[in-house]
Amino acid sequence: MKLNSKFTEKKATRDGLGDGLLELGRNPKVVVLCADLEESTKTKAFKQKHPKRFFEAGVAEMNLVGMAAGLALDGYIPFATTFAVFGTGLAYGTVRQSVAINKANVKLACTHAGVTVGEDGETHQMLEDVSLMTGLGITTVVPCDYLEAKRATIAAASWPGSLYLRFGREKTPIITDASTPFKIGEAEIFRDGSDIAIIANGIEVFQALEAAKILKTKGVSARVINCHTLPLDEKTVLKAARACGAIVTAEEHSIHGGLGSTVSRLLAEKAPTPTEFVGTRSFGESGTASQLMERHGLTAPYIARVAALAESRK
Amino acid sequence: MQEKRRRRLERIAWELRGDIVAMVANAKSGHCGGPLGLAEVFSVLYFHSMRHDAKKPLWRERDRLYLSNGHVCAVLYAALARSGYFPPEELLSFRKLGSRLQGHPHRNERIGIETTAGMLGQGLSVSVGAALAARLDKSKRRVYCVASDGECQEGSTWEAAMAASNYNLSNLTLLIDYNNVQISGHVSEVMRLEPFAAKWKAFGWNVLEARGNDVESVAQAIEKAKLEKSRPTAIICRTTLGKGVSFMEDNPEWHGKPPDAEQARRALEEISERLEKL
Ligand SMILES: Cc1ncc(C[n+]2csc(CCOP(=O)(O)OP(=O)(O)O)c2C)c(N)n1
Ligand SMILES: [Mg+2]
Repeated sequence: MKLNSKFTEKKATRDGLGDGLLELGRNPKVVVLCADLEESTKTKAFKQKHPKRFFEAGVAEMNLVGMAAGLALDGYIPFATTFAVFGTGLAYGTVRQSVAINKANVKLACTHAGVTVGEDGETHQMLEDVSLMTGLGITTVVPCDYLEAKRATIAAASWPGSLYLRFGREKTPIITDASTPFKIGEAEIFRDGSDIAIIANGIEVFQALEAAKILKTKGVSARVINCHTLPLDEKTVLKAARACGAIVTAEEHSIHGGLGSTVSRLLAEKAPTPTEFVGTRSFGESGTASQLMERHGLTAPYIARVAALAESRK
Repeated sequence: MQEKRRRRLERIAWELRGDIVAMVANAKSGHCGGPLGLAEVFSVLYFHSMRHDAKKPLWRERDRLYLSNGHVCAVLYAALARSGYFPPEELLSFRKLGSRLQGHPHRNERIGIETTAGMLGQGLSVSVGAALAARLDKSKRRVYCVASDGECQEGSTWEAAMAASNYNLSNLTLLIDYNNVQISGHVSEVMRLEPFAAKWKAFGWNVLEARGNDVESVAQAIEKAKLEKSRPTAIICRTTLGKGVSFMEDNPEWHGKPPDAEQARRALEEISERLEKL
């Protein structure tokens, strides 16, 4: 797999949203809706370039989503942007009825997901969004870095139907480059290995790659899969389960109803495999992003420890 | 309005009432109080005011109607059937397994159902989005939203009200079913909305009042809204819940209860007596 192996440059995935939208501006059907967070969600550049296709909803997220649904029903491709906790949590009922049941082509693009929101604390650190959106049958994409976030945003416009795009606030390493394959719905093996497979999404993909390095020093060969989309790329997951015989899932999200739950349901049905879960088990709190990653067991050394546990259960 | 046209619209309204009672009685479940009170509003919308064509349901320039208070869908389905979107016999599939006429509307533009509704308080937001889309398209099509008084207790309704006014959506007309009834009783006693017109005015809307069970009054208000150049219009339609069935009128019990066989017979009798006189 071709990756940007240096991992030296850092950028937030939310910047990928902003830059992706800017590129999409050429498409006259793309409109952007915002709920008083244009700086944080990085939609300001689009607004400045395409003021007629930018709609401010004010601090009113139910209406943000409802307006997006109305625009979608008449053939526009609306990106409704806000923080994950508001877009998927506060406006859940509107997403459920006016977007999901309505089959409205709304791209719900939310930033500030996960504990890496940091100092703002538990009220702003959304950890249940993937569970909520996949529960509605909305395809969910959790990009692993800035570049993938930008590519996911661009790809979202031509995806047939609603999507949930999940972005983070914190600068994280850029691990892909222009040649890294990306297609919504297809998981990619970022590092090959045969003793254990780490299936991760979002910023946990970087942590998983670092964990694989730690495991290598202990003689354990770890496969790392960037599983950015739910519903799962079942083929890639099942192949990994059969080849490696042990699985660890890693996500900056609750262990209830996210990537880990989805993987383990598939495995229980088709290929029972010892599995361990890296993810949050409580609400967050205030702290720096890296302190919170540590506290919630989302860092590479923790993943490596859990991987060894899964391997020992083979 | 010409006398002939007025009588035609009245006649259609009473026919819709017959359909509503038949549908809800046949389904042995569902709402007839709200729909009965809205018969004139739907008669005027579908047979007088809106530009639409049942033979071309996907025509891009059609006026749109987004029903927000989904539970009153019996009146929408009856109006769509009588407009020719689907055969009237299909009305009896209402609320049955496999039906296109779900207990609350499920979007199906091919038969004229523009949006899914049931959870109250969302239709106005969707309508605002649709009105923005019409403007981006530089289209003259108009967007109508029918909503209830009860759902004006939802905060989301006022989020949408604020946005419609902020964007000067003069192509949007909201018709509010002001029957003063909700599930727990009379709106004025459950959770007061008054001063209601003043609230909409304060949100920047052009506000009109109409006698909601008078086709001429409703039609006049809708035509007046079309002349407004800079603001969205809210038409507060004063209706009577259960209109036309004496034992249902203004009785909150009939918000969501189906008539039994005997009650349905009496209701249909009252309705056909009126139809004969028209
Ligand atoms: C968000 C939401 N909350 C509650 C309900 C349950 N509900 C259905 S109808 C209704 C009463 C609403 O009043 P109104 O629409 O004025 O009733 P009507 O005049 O038709 O009797 C309620 C509370 C709902 N459908 N959606
Ligand atoms: Mg009412």
